[in-house]
Amino acid sequence: MSETLQHIVIVFGILFGLLTLAAGLIWIERRLLALWQNRYGPNRVGPFGIFIVLADMIKIFFKEDWIPPFADKKVFVIAPTIIMLTVLLSWAIVPVAPGVVVLDLHIGILFFLAISSIGIYSTVLAGWASNNKYSLLGGMRMSAQMFSYEVFMGLSLMGVVIMAGSFNLSDIVNAQENMWFVLPQFLGFVIFFIAGLAESHRLPFDMPEAESELIAGFHSEYSGMKFGMFFVGEYVGVTLISAMIVTLFFGGWHGPVLPPFVWFFLKMMFFICLFILLRAALPRPRYDQLLSYGWKILLPLALLNILVTGAIVLAIE
Amino acid sequence: MISILKSLWYVFLHMFRKRVTVQYPEEKNYLPPRWRGRIVLTRDPDGEERCVACYLCAVACPVDCIALDAAEADDGRRYPDFFRINFSRCIYCGYCEEACPTYAIQLIPDFEMAEYDRQNMVYEKEHLLINGEGKYHGYNFYKYAGLEIKGKAKGEGIDEEKPIDPKSLMP
Ligand code: SF4
Ligand code: SF4
Repeated sequence: MSETLQHIVIVFGILFGLLTLAAGLIWIERRLLALWQNRYGPNRVGPFGIFIVLADMIKIFFKEDWIPPFADKKVFVIAPTIIMLTVLLSWAIVPVAPGVVVLDLHIGILFFLAISSIGIYSTVLAGWASNNKYSLLGGMRMSAQMFSYEVFMGLSLMGVVIMAGSFNLSDIVNAQENMWFVLPQFLGFVIFFIAGLAESHRLPFDMPEAESELIAGFHSEYSGMKFGMFFVGEYVGVTLISAMIVTLFFGGWHGPVLPPFVWFFLKMMFFICLFILLRAALPRPRYDQLLSYGWKILLPLALLNILVTGAIVLAIE
Repeated sequence: MISILKSLWYVFLHMFRKRVTVQYPEEKNYLPPRWRGRIVLTRDPDGEERCVACYLCAVACPVDCIALDAAEADDGRRYPDFFRINFSRCIYCGYCEEACPTYAIQLIPDFEMAEYDRQNMVYEKEHLLINGEGKYHGYNFYKYAGLEIKGKAKGEGIDEEKPIDPKSLMP
């Protein structure tokens, strides 16, 4: 009984923490972007402007939730829920601290890859259902982008799996007790980082929404809370990728002195800030550039990484 | 690849730069003295209205936001019966000020004119008229103009020559 209760507490704790973090990221991102552009960002509402999040939420809840008459209604409504569902589902397998994980799957990484790929449907369907040329282009770009990164995303993680000897994320974290996998698997880390950026379609890989040429692309027809769901989905996606990087390459909750959860959180925040810095600093490539980059450079590198890692692990054994 | 890391680093360093934002309501930005902002109607040194209701500003205004109606007082001075500027249309170009022959209409450095109700952007004469001379001091149109008003006959103005009698043969 108490174990069930504990589990329920963990589930709702992670869910609540995640949604709070996703909302807080609106503020964090705006403040950090401003910081790197010599501005202040929102600093009026509440201490350091943090209540701008509440103001934004109130505003977005009261916005008219408009469905364009030319849209494919059912798909249009379903699309934003998919991204929310998939990112939250993927979070289920991330171990936040020893034993604090919603779903301790023995095929954790495969589950993560599978579910996060389904998230792409959200973007593609949104672009399709909006029945709008720009949105459709955004959706198409998303599928092209998926072709380019999905291949080496999975492969870049296999080095970690070989070294840890398990697909289970808790096992992988435990295997990094003495050494973070980022050292032997640096290549894998870089490739996964790039793939993760493309997965969460954040700048510089935000071709599907490209404000400057596609006027927000796949979600240009969305308003009110549906638009908000895309945004929350994007932010939870960012935390998800950061959390995955931390668990797979940076020793998860391991760290001296501070409690495990705090270490996990600090490392994750570091990568979230890095994501935002990338957004502040880099321009957006063309999507065919990403395609050829992915297939011609990153895929061979990922394969090479697996080959070498496998050979070394075999030789040591 | 190196250039990407470099640009990341340079953008990161911006964190330690001075902020360019001016925290507006607390901190005011510098406004040049010739800033073209809110429009006022001024008075001449004697405290009379300068505007002679010649309609030149209304004609010069590219967005037609000035409306006025002329009237004439008993002493012969012309004045606007009403004078209305719709500031929600005004583009603060300053053409009205250039067109005005009497320095009556002037743009001053004040831009804080936000209103909740759009109708409040329409200023009437009592809102526009100030009790001073504005930017141009000491000018009184009727003292220079060759117009006859009560207390000043033709030819009594400053720099004005006496009227010529065309029927006389004397030089
Ligand atoms: S400033 Fe320009 S737009 Fe405004 S009232 Fe004068 S002439 Fe018209
Ligand atoms: S403000 Fe100047 S230009 Fe306009 S009507 Fe009066 S005198 Fe003429």
